[in-house]
Amino acid sequence: MKALLIAEYRDGKLLGGNNELMAFAEKIGAESTMFLVGNESALPAYSGKLYLADGNECGEYNPSVHKDLILKVVEKEQPELVVFSHSSYGWDLAPRVAYAMQAAQVSEVVDVVDSMPVVPVCNAKLRRNVKVTTAKAVYTLQAGAFSAAEEPTGTPEVEKLNKDSEGKIVFEGYEEAEKGGVDLSKSEVIVSAGRGVGKPENIEMVAALAEALKGDYGASRPVVDAEWVEHNRQVGTTGQTVSPKLYVACGVSGAIQHLAGMKKSEFVVAINTDKDAPIGEVADVLVVADLKQFVPALTEKVKSL
Amino acid sequence: MKILVCIKQVPDMESKFKVNSENTWYDSGDLAWRMNEYDEYAVEQAVQLKEQQGDADLTVLCIGPDRVKETMKKALAMGCDRGAHLQDDESHKREPLEIASIIAEYARDKEFDVVFTGMQSQDRGSGQVGVLLGEILDMSCVTTVIEFGFEAGEIKVKRELEGGVKAKVKTTTPAVLTCQLGLNTPRYPTLPNIMKAKKKELLSSPAADLLKVDSRQNTQTMYFPEKKGVGLVLEGEIADLTDELIKILKEKTGVLA
Ligand SMILES: Cc1cc2nc3c(=O)[nH]c(=O)nc-3n(C[C@H](O)[C@H](O)[C@H](O)COP(=O)(O)OP(=O)(O)OC[C@H]3O[C@@H](n4cnc5c(N)ncnc54)[C@H](O)[C@@H]3O)c2cc1C
Ligand SMILES: Nc1ncnc2c1ncn2[C@@H]1O[C@H](COP(=O)(O)O)[C@@H](O)[C@H]1O
Repeated sequence: MKALLIAEYRDGKLLGGNNELMAFAEKIGAESTMFLVGNESALPAYSGKLYLADGNECGEYNPSVHKDLILKVVEKEQPELVVFSHSSYGWDLAPRVAYAMQAAQVSEVVDVVDSMPVVPVCNAKLRRNVKVTTAKAVYTLQAGAFSAAEEPTGTPEVEKLNKDSEGKIVFEGYEEAEKGGVDLSKSEVIVSAGRGVGKPENIEMVAALAEALKGDYGASRPVVDAEWVEHNRQVGTTGQTVSPKLYVACGVSGAIQHLAGMKKSEFVVAINTDKDAPIGEVADVLVVADLKQFVPALTEKVKSL
Repeated sequence: MKILVCIKQVPDMESKFKVNSENTWYDSGDLAWRMNEYDEYAVEQAVQLKEQQGDADLTVLCIGPDRVKETMKKALAMGCDRGAHLQDDESHKREPLEIASIIAEYARDKEFDVVFTGMQSQDRGSGQVGVLLGEILDMSCVTTVIEFGFEAGEIKVKRELEGGVKAKVKTTTPAVLTCQLGLNTPRYPTLPNIMKAKKKELLSSPAADLLKVDSRQNTQTMYFPEKKGVGLVLEGEIADLTDELIKILKEKTGVLA
């Protein structure tokens, strides 16, 4: 089995998912080559062949140009599998490459069982094993699903590629994440409000518990999108990554993008009416209760200690 | 301007799911159905663009069994002009390429300037349909859009990247945009608009007539993941639960020390 691994680079830096691609190739016993639109000054620690196109010349986001470059490598290497990270880069590019290759595309692979990719369904409540019926396939890998035991080492053998197409999309640069306000990455206790809080007034009870525990309050994305809580308190892939001693998730279902931001917490308590909520997978304690009753009651007792 | 918005009907994610008798999908009985969350943002953006343009025509499209018409009515009440229901009792089995191909055949001669989809569906979650649609129809496609603007024939959007970073991108029509959470604030249909929506065109036609590709993948088995959680589950009276939790926090964390 031959796999082409699509590495990622942004704004002068390699991204972390690249190591997971290598770990995946190793797990399935594939022979691999790598592709990167990036820069010679930041090469992945990879001992294999790397096809490199220049990020300044190709644009860091220019899907059709990147697609054409990948297809050139596919033509040359004839891999059975092209593997991306399931990231804003990967999920944008993978279907384009798969369509051109007339290959099946399987998104957000979390495991491989009997050579079948396994993917989550319904917010990870269910899983399915996928049977690919084409000779070639394109996968995107869920962040964190495949990790290497050790940091990879090595220096790639580089072959340069030049772009020979222009895209219809013009990339005009990056806008940095909003800074300022609370820095949850330093908090020792975080109590987070999820959509289960139901209405903006109930944020107060979550904030009150956080205060009673001498910590800060955070939130899941829908609560931030609804503007009940400011963005710098959002926990997850598109918010803060936190590692407190205690994380209390109130009415948070535990979507992968939320877990990615808080799974390094030392101790996790989840309060949820749904006993099967995926947050249960990372919680040390799952309290099955209505947060509107449980949270104020807990706050009172903690205050009276 | 002609605008298309594609929506999917999905179960409420807090439902108690069961696997169907073939072990290939969740059982569709006893579920509450709603509009895919990402698609609510797509509908809202489509309606806003229509309002900005004035003389635009906005179609909402959905592939699925008859029950999806309920969800389509919500989109009509939010401001879409007409509904195209592509009837398909087997839509849950269709892989993203098949869904994209059906939409593409529907759209092929209709000259839509802008197509909105959600960035992913909450159940299948492949995040592929919008991008594949763009590839099939050779339209430019930008994914994960959290800010959308249209001026002087130019589409200016921001894509959301990891860590809250955004990429500023522009392109021209015709284009497909896949919408991310937080793009806008989806409106609630008002009662008068719900009444008005009842009179809007909502035509059903068979999706199978538009399916021009073979599937490239299927579901071998669907199942509940093994519970890895070694955590403790507490159930019971609130007063007991709070006491129990405080005891655990004292023992296991330094927080209440
Ligand atoms: C590219 C991308 C990036 C994303 N980035 C992030 C991110 O950074 N952070 C993030 O959080 N999400 C992110 N998301 C969204 C994520 O996929 C989920 O949609 C989101 O985390 C769900 O938030 P939630 O758990 O609060 O809401 P829901 O999933 O709606 O869950 C609500 C929970 O509350 C429970 N509940 C309801 N009522 C009560 C009650 N009275 N008492 C107790 N429990 C109750 C329910 O059982 C349910 O489990 C991202 C998504 C994408 C596609
Ligand atoms: N059955 C369907 N009918 C109409 N649009 C759909 C359907 N399935 C998916 N879509 C659209 O494609 C997007 C991405 O879906 P998916 O590729 O399944 O994650 C959704 O947000 C919808 O906009």
